Amino acid sequence: MKFWPLIRLVPRATHFNFVGLAPFAAILSALLIVGSCASVVVQKVNFGVDFVGGTTMTVTTPGPAPLAQIRADLAAMGVGGGEVQGVGNGNVANVRFKDVKGQTGEAGPAFVAQQLAAKIPGLKVTGQSFVGGTVSNELLIGGLKALGAALGLMLIYIWFRFQLQFGLGAILAVLHDVVLTVGFLSVTRIEVSMTSIAALLTVIGYSMNEKVISFDRLRENLRKYKTTPLAEVINLSENERLSRTVITGTTALLALSGSIFNPASALFSLTATMAFGILVGTYSSIYVALPVILLWGVSRDEEEAQPVKLQQRR
Amino acid sequence: MLALSRWKIIVVLASIVFGIVFSLPNVLPDSALARLPGFLPHARLNLGLDLQGGSSLLLRVKTEDLRKERLNDVAEEVRTSLRGAQITFSELAVTNGVVGFRVTDATQMDAAISALSRVGGQLKGGGRDITITRMPDQRVRIAFVPQAAADDARNAVAQSIEIIRRRIDALGTKEPDIRQQGVDRITIEAPGESDPQKLRDVIGQTAKLTFQMVDETVNPQDAAAGRVPPDDVVIQNSENRGEPFLVLKRRVIVSGEMLTHAQQGYDENQNADIEFRFNGAGAHRFADATSQNVGKRFAIVLDNRVISAPVIQGAIIGGSGRITGNFTLADANQLALLLNSGALPAPLEVIEQGTVGAELGADAVRAGAISLAVGAGLILAFIVLAYGLFGVFAALALVVNLLMMFGALSMTQATLTLPGIAGLILTMAVAVDANVLIYERMRDEANAGRTAIAAADMGYRRAMSSILDANVTTLISALIMFSFGAGPVKGFAWTLSIGVITSVFSAIVVTQLLIGWWFRVAKPKALPIA
Repeated sequence: MKFWPLIRLVPRATHFNFVGLAPFAAILSALLIVGSCASVVVQKVNFGVDFVGGTTMTVTTPGPAPLAQIRADLAAMGVGGGEVQGVGNGNVANVRFKDVKGQTGEAGPAFVAQQLAAKIPGLKVTGQSFVGGTVSNELLIGGLKALGAALGLMLIYIWFRFQLQFGLGAILAVLHDVVLTVGFLSVTRIEVSMTSIAALLTVIGYSMNEKVISFDRLRENLRKYKTTPLAEVINLSENERLSRTVITGTTALLALSGSIFNPASALFSLTATMAFGILVGTYSSIYVALPVILLWGVSRDEEEAQPVKLQQRR
Repeated sequence: MLALSRWKIIVVLASIVFGIVFSLPNVLPDSALARLPGFLPHARLNLGLDLQGGSSLLLRVKTEDLRKERLNDVAEEVRTSLRGAQITFSELAVTNGVVGFRVTDATQMDAAISALSRVGGQLKGGGRDITITRMPDQRVRIAFVPQAAADDARNAVAQSIEIIRRRIDALGTKEPDIRQQGVDRITIEAPGESDPQKLRDVIGQTAKLTFQMVDETVNPQDAAAGRVPPDDVVIQNSENRGEPFLVLKRRVIVSGEMLTHAQQGYDENQNADIEFRFNGAGAHRFADATSQNVGKRFAIVLDNRVISAPVIQGAIIGGSGRITGNFTLADANQLALLLNSGALPAPLEVIEQGTVGAELGADAVRAGAISLAVGAGLILAFIVLAYGLFGVFAALALVVNLLMMFGALSMTQATLTLPGIAGLILTMAVAVDANVLIYERMRDEANAGRTAIAAADMGYRRAMSSILDANVTTLISALIMFSFGAGPVKGFAWTLSIGVITSVFSAIVVTQLLIGWWFRVAKPKALPIA
């Protein structure tokens, strides 16, 4: 039986010194974290109406959307915080605003829709969403609670399956990923909505997945090579699973790449965030989670633990 | 692990059949779907509002308004009870959620308390829903017990949902989804409804209808200054013929709950009006009131505005009547609809509103389908290039996985949203990861010198713990998303969970079967991936 030649992204045996690069990676991570925080502080995160309240409206016009005219019309209506953005092939525009002078609550969007349709012939409002201020805070608090609960449960699971320092390493690495992804959202000005939260949670899921697979190999090699220094075992494990890391990472990016063909779709910002998260998650498995374990150390004689002698109490 | 056990073959075949049968309705045209035999499933994917277009509203029941109303009712009951017992009192008022008053004569204090014995109502679990406290200086304060407030709010929300459902059903909107969210929130999702204004119109009005007598003893100057007797109330008059407001008796003769049926009709001048019938109790009370007050005026009050204040010409004993006002045909129809479905217990506040046009939804579906197809195509091609024949097996497993996911999503009718599609895409990648882990292990084992079949077997065994740990952590995050998330995130979490389960099954069991079969047929000496 003859097999066709397989593409190999990684040679059969590699001997990268992953641990040797860790100090540089630490500096890089620190810089990226500072950069992310700075971006969040300076230019904030572009929160969508889901979080800050207000209205978004999608309008369609027969010809190219007259963005300048829409802006002027909005200003004339006394709209606060108005933003107009062309989408896709040009005859669709996203209109966003906070409130309308003299209109309360949900009367604002209705007023704007009616005015725009009257002023620009052929304009149709194809989508609209209005969020009152009260929901927003609850969403944010709910989101943070969910994040905390998810990380807590994962910590417990990893602690249970591995050791405590593995769990803490994983949590630190995931926090690192979350900070960088939020920084990415801030730098790219991607609108953060409820769906971005889903993207963020997926990034966490993927990142955790990477960590667990990396830990699994490390645990196995720690049992195999009981006297080899930890740094060497880490290097060995990462080299052993390098091919898998590259192939799975490539597959994940390929899976997401389908949405490149539709940059106007809301799916695009979602998959862009996920793609960034996949890169960062892969990086942080090697350069955040493992260094934490390396610095902390592991208990090597876990397997030969003495059988517990039951003491009888009187 | 590579043995071709019979149960394994049966399970895999069954899951493929399941996937095909339940996914089928999604690809069949409507006409073919209608001709499908009855025992086969007919449900298609349940697309979220963002994909199929429609309107959604998030409402809050203003329970604080309800509270205020209930306190005012208690104050009225106190007034009537004390008067009935001929006790003089002053300063009866509602302040800060408490009804308070002062008994003028200290010797009447005990009589006052016993006169109040029938004020208020019963709690569901038994016991009185108010507490009456004696305060210094002959004062009495009456407050609701906390449980009463909670019960009221809960009832109000449940009742509101029921009434909203009746009103929206009357509009003819297709299958609206109306659910309680949190303590005092209600979400309404109406697929296919592109005009949320229509929804808002029918739920924006509480439609509280009352018939009350007009107090004509108060002169307009006093009324304008708000100087009216304590059992009177000044109400805006929307009829507005030189009378911007009317002074009415607080006592309600008949209220909207006593209507059995209302419909739009025409008066003698061919103007739209609303014709209604009272139930037995209502008819009786209305007959009594009209026969005792011939020549006087009564007012029909809707949501705290007088819509009509006719003079009683004679006793109305038939139990039916009509409301005339300045109605347009549409107004009259809508009011009849609202009266029939009952009054909302409390006003509703719109806190979130969304519409997705059908075109926009179709665009999103197209974008999602293209992304999914391109992603799947690239993954299949890549995995075949990377692992050759075993890659083909993994690709087949991925196809089975996709079939099962679509089948499961159609069967459970879980809502598929745009983020859900992103979840599906990533699930494909994670599904392939399981195969990558297994195959890389096989390579390692083969390189370590094992025979082909031993290496393949060890590959599955050794990779299992990684796959298990990785997928449990993913399930944990999906679970958290499901319990904390709002609508769209929930749909995403559900999609992710289904994907994790089907992908572990297909990546392990389906490829095991294929590889086991290949070993039996080809009797290879080496692994195609080594």
